[in-house]
Amino acid sequence: MSTSALRLGQDPSFGRAASAHGAASGHGPGGPAPKRIVVGYGFWIFLLSDVVMFSALFAAYAVLFKSTAGGPSARDLFDLRNTATETACLLASSFTCGMASLAVGQRSQKWTQIALLVTGLLGFVFLVLEFREFSGLVGRGAGPGRSAFLSSFFTLVGCHGAHVCAGLLWLGTMMAQFYAKGFRIDIRHRFLCFSLFWHALDIIWVAIFSLVYLVGTLPPELLP
Amino acid sequence: MSNELEFEYDAGSYVGRDRTPGEPSEEERPPLRQEVRGYLLGLALATLLTIASFWAVETHLIYRPGAAVALLVLAVAQMGIHLIFFLHITTDPDNANNVLALAFGVLIVCLVVFGSLWVMSHLNHGMLPMQQLMQMQS
Repeated sequence: MSTSALRLGQDPSFGRAASAHGAASGHGPGGPAPKRIVVGYGFWIFLLSDVVMFSALFAAYAVLFKSTAGGPSARDLFDLRNTATETACLLASSFTCGMASLAVGQRSQKWTQIALLVTGLLGFVFLVLEFREFSGLVGRGAGPGRSAFLSSFFTLVGCHGAHVCAGLLWLGTMMAQFYAKGFRIDIRHRFLCFSLFWHALDIIWVAIFSLVYLVGTLPPELLP
Repeated sequence: MSNELEFEYDAGSYVGRDRTPGEPSEEERPPLRQEVRGYLLGLALATLLTIASFWAVETHLIYRPGAAVALLVLAVAQMGIHLIFFLHITTDPDNANNVLALAFGVLIVCLVVFGSLWVMSHLNHGMLPMQQLMQMQS
């Protein structure tokens, strides 16, 4: 091998040869990916494992759906108008979170803070609506202790609500960090993870409103 | 940098040019107007599919026994819209790692959900009806 090829990271052909033979040079072409990629990919893996956890809760709910123990069924309890408002809030907040990441890309402090504030407010309205729904159910004697169906319902939807709650706290710290420290690279990495988290929560909510609320309120003879 | 690396693949990834989910790469940002348009399109499609889902519960235009399946399909479609327009998961080679991880996640989710339903329905078939069971115990 010629000496010029030994200057790692300078000659692209060296990195290519190295990676093709499984002996990456460790930097330059064929070396590790930039930190931004590693952070985003790692968080993506975490989100997917979170989704797998939710799938277990979905499975429990689907299995226990008819185990109402003589108590109220989904059709008796769910108010679709409330669900529609919650859905609109989360969808809009997912959109404004996307706007916030565009504002971060533009390094605009004002628009970042505005977009994140709107995102947070919409998330907060969602939580208030969910809390009202839960307390209404408990007040009507349809709390998580009433039947296996209601236990699995409260676990699944409550777990999503807990995630939104954690997301709101995270959002608050992101606003503070952008305000106090500006658009530093590590803060932008954290924000990338936050926006992935927030969009993923909306995806899980899509499954919840469709499969729990909408399928749940279909007439029983239409259910498999 | 030379362009020689542009067509190099290694274990399904675009070496040195992977993209993280969530955002377009920082170096090659498309114009802001175009990005906003992408999010707006995603929002419009997601809203449309949401309205279609709520409509599918009531309508008689859909074959009624198929309503549950229609809701499932609409939900999957909307999740796809979110993945593409909000999380920027694409089929580009620079996204291969993200897509592979997602495919594995979807596989596990399907195994857990459909596996549970399948096993539990068989168990229910195998069980005595509850009343008979109670009589045997008393």
